[in-house]
Amino acid sequence: MSQSTKLPLYITLATFVLAFVLCAAQYPAMASTRVVANLLTDNAFLGITAVGMTFVILSGGIDLSVGSVIAFTGVFLAVILRDTSIHPLVAFALVLLITTGFGAAMGGIIHYLEMPPFIVTLAGMFLMRGLAYVLSTESVPITHEFYDWLQSLYWKAPGGGRFRITGALMLLTYVAAMIVLHRTRFGQNVYAIGGSAQTAQLMGVPRARTTIGIYAVSGGLAGLAGIVYTLYTSAGYSLATVGVELDAIAAVVIGGTLLSGGSGFVAGTFFGILIMGLIQTYIVFDGTLSSWWTKIVIGGLLFAFIMLQKGLGWATTARIRLLTASDARS
Amino acid sequence: MMKSTLKRVMPQIIILALVLAANVLVFPGFFHIEFQHGRLFGNLIDVLNRGAPTALLATGMTLVIATRGIDLSVGAVMAIAGAVAASAVTGGAHWTLALLMALAAGAACGLWNGLLVAIFRIQPIVATLVLMVAGRGIAQLLTEGAILTFNDPGLIRLGAGTIAAVPTPIWLWIAVACLTGFVIRRTALGLLIEAVGVNETSSRLAGINSRVLLWAVYLVSGLCAALAGVIVAADIKGADANNAGLWMELDAILAVVIGGNSLLGGRFSITASLLGALIIQGVNALILLSGMPVEFNLVIKALIIIAILVIQSPRVRHSLYLLRASTGPVLRDRPARTAPRTRQEEGQS
Repeated sequence: MSQSTKLPLYITLATFVLAFVLCAAQYPAMASTRVVANLLTDNAFLGITAVGMTFVILSGGIDLSVGSVIAFTGVFLAVILRDTSIHPLVAFALVLLITTGFGAAMGGIIHYLEMPPFIVTLAGMFLMRGLAYVLSTESVPITHEFYDWLQSLYWKAPGGGRFRITGALMLLTYVAAMIVLHRTRFGQNVYAIGGSAQTAQLMGVPRARTTIGIYAVSGGLAGLAGIVYTLYTSAGYSLATVGVELDAIAAVVIGGTLLSGGSGFVAGTFFGILIMGLIQTYIVFDGTLSSWWTKIVIGGLLFAFIMLQKGLGWATTARIRLLTASDARS
Repeated sequence: MMKSTLKRVMPQIIILALVLAANVLVFPGFFHIEFQHGRLFGNLIDVLNRGAPTALLATGMTLVIATRGIDLSVGAVMAIAGAVAASAVTGGAHWTLALLMALAAGAACGLWNGLLVAIFRIQPIVATLVLMVAGRGIAQLLTEGAILTFNDPGLIRLGAGTIAAVPTPIWLWIAVACLTGFVIRRTALGLLIEAVGVNETSSRLAGINSRVLLWAVYLVSGLCAALAGVIVAADIKGADANNAGLWMELDAILAVVIGGNSLLGGRFSITASLLGALIIQGVNALILLSGMPVEFNLVIKALIIIAILVIQSPRVRHSLYLLRASTGPVLRDRPARTAPRTRQEEGQS
């Protein structure tokens, strides 16, 4: 049983390694630390968002609001640092509080009003994007010595690659998420609700608290991703990160998490992010391929991984049927 | 039959009336319609005209959602259909051929979604996500990343022309909705679709060919999306693969939900979904006409949507029902626990 739940993870990992080796064979420069460091830096905000999305999808839900939350966070930080003199760290705490509260509120609506997550987070997506517009419709630059200091923090690896603090933050988020999902009661509850909400409730899983917690995690991590995004672009723009929720969902699915919930790993999401980043890097290296090929390839990958999961599902049911048949005979 | 339909869509009619009344409050000449240059002009005509793509998508989406599915790809299919039609007419094809090719592209997309959902048994939200992500890339591949403009008067008439003084898109969405409604409700098809949505296994055991039905609803959704895509492309005389139909799938799903149709499948009403589409367009018009800063558009839209959804949520509706049952003079002695649940709620639980 454990073998078949981990198999998609291994296949994602194998896909990434194979793709990386193929890319490196064609363009040896791809194997340099510069490319690897950029892969982490460029995808840091998407990676952090995808962790929250993994929680939500593991529980059988979906969160469409994350892209708007990132944009809101960016604009909020930019405006507050421009108009007031409070320290960025205080602003970070404030924005994380808002986004976490926003996520919790969505979770509350989903649980107590029994509305589908799809529709609730869709309304949340409009609301957050709208609030970002209200704050500013123009791109607001962020100039603060603390930001300059944060951006100047990096570890220069041999070969010239610069591993920045945002990449480290993403890795830290993944480690923290793994610990929470596999070593805490909350993580077990997330899996339980995703497996079957009804069974979970009968087993005594606090459904209300867990659902609210899950969407709070997703909102909070989207806020963190927004902070990382401002470090990446040094600006807040209300039209930024449109469609990031789709990229995050795609990364989670490519990472082997079942969209019906209950089965999957954050580690898979990490490699899903890396695969998507690798495709973009390859297109940049190639130079003749147009950017729309990214979408087509990601669509194709999505399809391949969904079919793979279907196949594994069929194989598992066939094996269980075989096992129960042999049990009955003996 | 007529009376029950009216009762079913009454909440939507009331909401639409409220939205239109609010429009009149902020802009007294809202209902004023005048005849100029052989075409009707007026804000009401505008709402009907601008609402055409959402109304078309909502027609197909209603059927898909009635089977407990969802079609996220309609926006991308719109972009593909627009790109196909534009590249066909710029290549010298007659506009009718271009329209047919666009519809064929939409049908192919619908068949692909249907294949994944009906045969491979993939969750609809995931199955259509594939085309949602890849579809826009395919559309960009067709237009080679640029906005493909065209001057074919026949094709442009579909989006910007008039028939008998009324803009063509209005005729198109009303015709498609009437045709779909007629086929669905004058035959047993509508009932069968509801049966598949309520419980697919038992409907299959009862002898319903659920595979073909599932396939058919995604096909219809693809065709509706293709027509909407051609209208949008014809309206701006060009196919914009990046922006055509962007986030339209969300508007369409919202229209269906505002129409009181459950996302969990079962009983559906196309009329209510169309009213939902008009409500969305009415809210858009309201925000524009009220002269509020444009920045507030999305926030206000979100708040109105949340309010409508909360009113319609099963929990709130059920407690309203219990409240009415417990205070009603006849039902006072009856314990609330045994109050009969409406069929609507049964479908959702």
